[in-house]
Amino acid sequence: MADLNDLTRMSASDLASKLSSGDVSSVEATQAHLDRIAAVDGKVNAFLHVSADALANAKRIDERRAAGESLGELAGVPVAVKDVLCTIDMPTTAGSKILEGWVPPYDATTVAKLRTAGLIPLGKTNMDEFAMGSSTEHSAYGPTKNPWDLDRIPGGSGGGSAAAVSAFEAPLALGSDTGGSIRQPASLTGSVGVKPTYGGVSRYGAIALASSLDQVGPVSRTVLDSALLHDVIGGHDPRDSTSLKEQWPSFAAAARAGAAAESLKGLRVGVIKQLDSPGFQAGVSQRFHEALQLLTDFGAEIVEVDAPHFEYAVEAYYLILPAEASSNLAKFDSVRFGLRVTPEGGGTVEDVMAATREAGFGAEVKRRIILGTYALSAGYYDAYYGSAQKVRTLIQRDFAAAFEKADVLVSPSAPTTAFKLGEKLEDPMAMYLNDVTTIPANLAGIPGMGLPMGLAPEDGLPTGFQIMAPARGDARLYELGATLERLLEQQWGHTLPSQVPSLG
Amino acid sequence: MTDTNPGAITTEVVTHLASLARIALTQEEIEKLTGELGTIVDSVAKVSEVATDEVPATSHPIPLSNVFRPDVPGVTLTTEQALAGAPEHDGSRFAVSAILGEEQ
Repeated sequence: MADLNDLTRMSASDLASKLSSGDVSSVEATQAHLDRIAAVDGKVNAFLHVSADALANAKRIDERRAAGESLGELAGVPVAVKDVLCTIDMPTTAGSKILEGWVPPYDATTVAKLRTAGLIPLGKTNMDEFAMGSSTEHSAYGPTKNPWDLDRIPGGSGGGSAAAVSAFEAPLALGSDTGGSIRQPASLTGSVGVKPTYGGVSRYGAIALASSLDQVGPVSRTVLDSALLHDVIGGHDPRDSTSLKEQWPSFAAAARAGAAAESLKGLRVGVIKQLDSPGFQAGVSQRFHEALQLLTDFGAEIVEVDAPHFEYAVEAYYLILPAEASSNLAKFDSVRFGLRVTPEGGGTVEDVMAATREAGFGAEVKRRIILGTYALSAGYYDAYYGSAQKVRTLIQRDFAAAFEKADVLVSPSAPTTAFKLGEKLEDPMAMYLNDVTTIPANLAGIPGMGLPMGLAPEDGLPTGFQIMAPARGDARLYELGATLERLLEQQWGHTLPSQVPSLG
Repeated sequence: MTDTNPGAITTEVVTHLASLARIALTQEEIEKLTGELGTIVDSVAKVSEVATDEVPATSHPIPLSNVFRPDVPGVTLTTEQALAGAPEHDGSRFAVSAILGEEQ
């Protein structure tokens, strides 16, 4: 059972305190997590690659600390990196065979920022191929299992990052969220995940899925830990032309203020009528309404808001995303990097390209590329892609009207708890509907957080609470998230992640 | 694609899309995708219900105008780095098979 001195059970923030006080070295912390990965990842399959340099990097941080150098707050803390982010020292596949073994010639900006801040990359986490999926079953390297029940999916596309933190293989991870790929896995694994405001975190070196939707963000077991990681990775990057030139406040300060709050008096919490659906799993709705009651008891004002166009969000998303993906994935052409398959008897470069893409892409990637190619074809463009972009405007207007009435908007992070492996694999539309709660934030570019709100009574599996704020209002997520986390933990008498099976 | 139902997904349509997307789908994949895409397209076509003429399109969630940077040389990849992941190269260039087929 949980040992209080077990370095893998600590939050990143507690581990960072022990590192800075000298109670623990980064080598010890890193070794503990590598040992945990060796012990449980055969069952979980959260990692596609484990770094060979982690201990050497940890030793360097210990040496710098010993030399009296002033280091960042998270220096020496291990972190897992979703395999969609380029790493100069580790293969980067985005879960696809077409990039098997590819080692990028540069680091993603977010990864470079981790290294500069002294964090220790432990390895690369599993994901649905090119982040296309909600279960991590579309990885070309086998599915990740949910640490709460190994027969179930961990969500997706960032199932590897979510499973890694919830199985105590890493205290922190990076994810990417195009339609919920950080928040939905967080919900299904009892962890915390944040999709920042579009443009709040650099995407340079993040393998693009849908460029108008993708955003990189933190994954962790506590709200404060996500805030600390967000502080490290956020900010303007001249290498990403969609990067915002904001001066961001400290999100860690926001989380600490939220954790210390004495009341929520004056806070208007908007419940989106369309995302409080009778179609959701009963235990999810129950935990959601209990959480709302906690917020009410603590002084918040709950208001119902109407977002009539949200019922078109999934449909608009599954036109916009495939359209952008079909264009972004054209770069996998067998010429400059990645796989090359030459058809029998040879052929032109175009034949080689088509054979390579046939062999290198999985079924879901092909499905979305073909769908996107269709949505962009002459004659259908206005009806499909053009209409989807109009729906996007309507959803933004719904959000603008809702934020007139509420300071934050809330919903369950996912309509159900984790489902069984294979359950929705043969029904793409059923799989797509998993993201009904998370997609609107991506379409509008606003920030969203998912955090645990308890276990569903009927199956004992984690459920997630989603908080959304206006664009650039990420600090509000951390403030309210930390308050709610504290209220829930006071009620439970423990943290939610501490209840995960030991897997040992 | 002069079908009477212009939105209909047929195996011919999928074959054509696969050639545009440069994916050498097998016949079996084409047939499976034809059914799946039909279902998905029927479902997503719902967007046209509310996408009326007076609604402007949004391509990008946070409005941005052109982004410029000073015109000074930055750090770029070396030739070795750029070629490091190539399936085939000659030391300074990517190598590919014939660009034109015999019939061309």
